[in-house]
Amino acid sequence: MNFLALLGARALRVLQSFGHAAFFFVDLLRAIPVSLRRFGLVVAQIHAVGNLSLVIILSSGLAVGFVLALQMYYALVTYGATESLGLIVNLALVRELGPVVTALLFAGRAGTSLTAEIGLMKAGEQLAAMEMMAIDPKERVLAPRFVAGMVSMPILAILFSAIGILGAYVVAVLLIGVDAGNFWSIMQDKVDVWRDVGNGIVKSAVFGVICTFVALYQGHETDATPEGVAYSTTRTVVISSLAVLGMDFILTALMFSTP
Amino acid sequence: MGKKGIETLVGLFVLLGMLGLVFLALKAANLTSFGGGDTYSLTAKFDNIGGLKPRAAVRSAGVTVGRVASITLDAKTYQGVVKLEIDKGVQFPKDSQARILTAGLLGDQYIGLEPGADEKNLAAGDVIVQTQSAVVLESLISQFLFNKAADAGSESGAKK
Repeated sequence: MNFLALLGARALRVLQSFGHAAFFFVDLLRAIPVSLRRFGLVVAQIHAVGNLSLVIILSSGLAVGFVLALQMYYALVTYGATESLGLIVNLALVRELGPVVTALLFAGRAGTSLTAEIGLMKAGEQLAAMEMMAIDPKERVLAPRFVAGMVSMPILAILFSAIGILGAYVVAVLLIGVDAGNFWSIMQDKVDVWRDVGNGIVKSAVFGVICTFVALYQGHETDATPEGVAYSTTRTVVISSLAVLGMDFILTALMFSTP
Repeated sequence: MGKKGIETLVGLFVLLGMLGLVFLALKAANLTSFGGGDTYSLTAKFDNIGGLKPRAAVRSAGVTVGRVASITLDAKTYQGVVKLEIDKGVQFPKDSQARILTAGLLGDQYIGLEPGADEKNLAAGDVIVQTQSAVVLESLISQFLFNKAADAGSESGAKK
């Protein structure tokens, strides 16, 4: 009996937290139009989550492109199909690795800083102070960061894929000596703008919403203690990563299930 | 850093994203070769489409002039009905022939359009009458073996 009660309490708590998060999400969406009127705040946040993530995103993209090209070359050279290297790297990056790896890095680089920032604001009772002054912290603090995350993520994912393809070009064409014309033309023949590139961007936009929302929610709901902020920051990375990976599978199944 | 500086940096960031998108669309995908340009549709019926897939290329003299839009089965004649989207700039005579060909030994299958001599051109929605089905390896081999056997039979018959 005790066990049943425990299970029930656990289930109710989980459901309750889902409902809480859903209400928070709706509030956040409602605060977006107001925050867009103070566009300077959004721009400052894009700088914080977008510009400052550029270094890690670009260097990771380049490294992934390099490594992917090298490893694929060893597999493809057996079949004499090294010209398809560009195509494989392109599809892997544009469809999967670009959006997903960018989202994981984004959760680590920008998500954590958002959670810590909001969490400390809450711990220092700055959010409560704002409410006292009749300023809605959702409109002034949370929504600009939400918009900035949604805008930055697709841009970062595009740059990740683009620099990855350039990295593959460097390895395949300049170092290994694959024919440059074939490298590009096979790619252009098989990669579709809407189906592959477009769906990749849709994916990254969804991931942007997920990562930013999780980070803001964790920061906003944190316990107002040093341990609480540390715990929330960890949870941000874990939950956004798992959500991104799960969502990626669903989106891939929806987008690319038909040939 | 002043407000202006941050705005400039964000502008650069967005611009960089747009450049990346242009690079992906033009250099690394098919927007230039065949993307959302104006097309008209033609239909061709084949007895056997082999391994033809939607979005396969339609080529004339080896040059890509369109794509396969959809493949369905005609329930009455049991033929594969292939819808083609052809570039508006290219017109074909009414008696053109559509063939299902293979790029290389193991490559993708595509549709080859060979222009005929008719003075009238195919209009949107027209059906290409002359078609040649895909070559199925199994039937090719069995035909070859059958012919071989027939040859051997006639030779031994002639010796007697």
